[in-house]
Amino acid sequence: MSGILIRGGRIIDPANNRDEVGDLLMVEGRIADQSAITHQLSAVEEIDATGLIVSPGLIDIHVHLREPGFGWKETIESGARAAVAGGFTTVVCMPNTSPVADSPSTIAWIKDRAAEVACVNVLPTGAISKNLAGEELAPIGSLAQAGVVAITDDGHCIQNNELMRRAVEYARMVGVPVLDHCQDYNLVGTGLVHEGYWSTLLGLPGWPSAGEEAIVARNVLLAELCEHQIHCQHLSAAGSVRLLREARTRGVRVSGEVCPHHIALTDESVQNFDTNYKMNPPLRTGRDIEALREGIADGTIEILASDHAPHAGFEKEVEFDRAPFGIVGLETELGIFLDRLVHKHRTIDLPRLIQMLTWNPARLLGLNAGTLSLGAAADVTLIDPDLDWMVDVSRFESASRNTPFDGWKLKGRAVRTIVRGKTVWQL
Amino acid sequence: MTARWQRKDLLGLRELSAEEIRLVLETADAFKEVGTREVKKVPALQGKTLVNLFIEPSTRTRTSFELAAKRLSADIVNITASASSLTKGETLKDTARVLEANHADIIVLRHSSPGAPQFLATRIAASVINAGDGAHEHPTQGLLDLYTIREKKGAVAGLHIAIIGDILFSRVARSNVFALLKMGARVTLVGPSTLVPREFEQLGVAVSHQLEEVLPQVDVVNLLRIQHERQRKEYFPGLGEYIRLFGLTKERAKLLKPDCLIMHPGPINRGVEIDSELADGPQSVILDQVTNGLAVRMAVLYLCGGIAT
Repeated sequence: MSGILIRGGRIIDPANNRDEVGDLLMVEGRIADQSAITHQLSAVEEIDATGLIVSPGLIDIHVHLREPGFGWKETIESGARAAVAGGFTTVVCMPNTSPVADSPSTIAWIKDRAAEVACVNVLPTGAISKNLAGEELAPIGSLAQAGVVAITDDGHCIQNNELMRRAVEYARMVGVPVLDHCQDYNLVGTGLVHEGYWSTLLGLPGWPSAGEEAIVARNVLLAELCEHQIHCQHLSAAGSVRLLREARTRGVRVSGEVCPHHIALTDESVQNFDTNYKMNPPLRTGRDIEALREGIADGTIEILASDHAPHAGFEKEVEFDRAPFGIVGLETELGIFLDRLVHKHRTIDLPRLIQMLTWNPARLLGLNAGTLSLGAAADVTLIDPDLDWMVDVSRFESASRNTPFDGWKLKGRAVRTIVRGKTVWQL
Repeated sequence: MTARWQRKDLLGLRELSAEEIRLVLETADAFKEVGTREVKKVPALQGKTLVNLFIEPSTRTRTSFELAAKRLSADIVNITASASSLTKGETLKDTARVLEANHADIIVLRHSSPGAPQFLATRIAASVINAGDGAHEHPTQGLLDLYTIREKKGAVAGLHIAIIGDILFSRVARSNVFALLKMGARVTLVGPSTLVPREFEQLGVAVSHQLEEVLPQVDVVNLLRIQHERQRKEYFPGLGEYIRLFGLTKERAKLLKPDCLIMHPGPINRGVEIDSELADGPQSVILDQVTNGLAVRMAVLYLCGGIAT
């Protein structure tokens, strides 16, 4: 029996309140007790982690892998490669595929395909409503039995509050949390960019903050009524943070996540009509960014995610209103969060950042991941928090290139990604 | 004339300097005279190929550009939405590349998507002239409005201009606002609160919902067509109420200064935004706008066409 010893790194394991310089042993794909070195191991390979952070493998609970159905944008294989290049060992993929992941057979297909080709843990979600149409419930119980870690209509939002209420009640019965893309269709209409100064100047249809906040408020009420977890995806507006803070203070089971682009860019970026700045929800104002950072600092927001949304060049290279929403995010996510939240604004410290990318998402979805506890899967990310690097889209592992961050200089990134004891990517 | 024209494209008036705007207007002065000649043609763009690419229907703007190009001796091709490959699924980028492969020098683009001219201009070497992109800009309309005000009033600086109607969906309003402010005019936007976003105040214009208060103060009223085909009915209760609150009726027109100009980019809805007699009355310069549009578009084609290689 052989082992791998990660030597001399700063081990940060928020699940165990651990933050110390030391060694970490991995044996047969699991985190092991170091006394095994002297007793049972025939050989020990060493990885020098001096000056690096040794983190539980990062988890991203909001990723579009595009398969089945949209393999020209991304495949489970290429998306997994993008994940490890960004330091992620577990990704949760969204159900807006073709066919929609609203049946156990599609979930089984995704899991089989991932087992075959993915170098990371791929955990599927199932749809809340059949075909994401928001009209009737998907077979949530069967989806849970097929192994989904959550249900969501991401990209769509159930407008009928009664249907959403029943979905949340039903999800409580089968023990899966509900993730919600918060968008009131009437308020948002044909909105493309944040409704405000720039939408007015550019003549682009506005997507008002109230369109998100109305559904966050709805979710607070339903989480309270149904006594079950509703997680609000990719929050962008100051008012959403305020609503969430109030509800969480009262103990309501409602949570939220923030994406890199919503804290790194404002709506001013859309002024050249570059479709790499077109995402849903849209980029908002400096005031919204401040509110999101405050929410991250005070724990109102406890999860960070990418909303990795690959689209092919020919799909994005069209008129602004005809282009699909979304950008790729896995390979820039950690760099942007480190650069902005830890270095530039000192919103949170490193252990807290790691907690928001590991233990918190694992707890939300009840995953057996996100910790370096003895016996846990040896999913480990080595991070150089001070490494200066430049985003180079031509070197992306993702099959798509739709990012506004090409050429950005960032401080801090993953340098080695280990899945079940095996190095699957290295800088 | 100190400024030199250095743009291959005219995408909008927000990005132009006051000097550049002045240069276009002065160039238009020279071309306006051509229209009064027996032979209304100069060889300025001889040998150049101009494509009128109109993805959204338009009669007056397309005609104006076509006449302007012909008076400059350019070869011209008209492509309309129904006749183009765009209806067969071809992308705008590919359409443009095909035109470029046919050696088009100038592409005049009318498109329903805001930013479509920007998209095109960064991808091809030919000149791109924005002939209206969604609710974004309509720069030649803004320039011809400015030209008409300058012609009738002597100067634009110091004047107070009211733009009345559906501002939210209007590319004409935006181009006018950007240009008028640069040229030193005061601007008040008037219309229902649902169609005049307050964000415009951040640009330094006033917003009013009381037409009677504004009319006596201004030197020019520019009336915009109520574009009911574009609007969802929740924006205002109906044309009857619009006329009652914001229509330029004969009664209201009495509040205007005697030398106040009445402008309209057309097409006019007689009896809606403007009383029919007022549209044809002595204060109306609506047909001067059309004539000046030709001279301004000749100036724009001449300036941009001289830059493109």
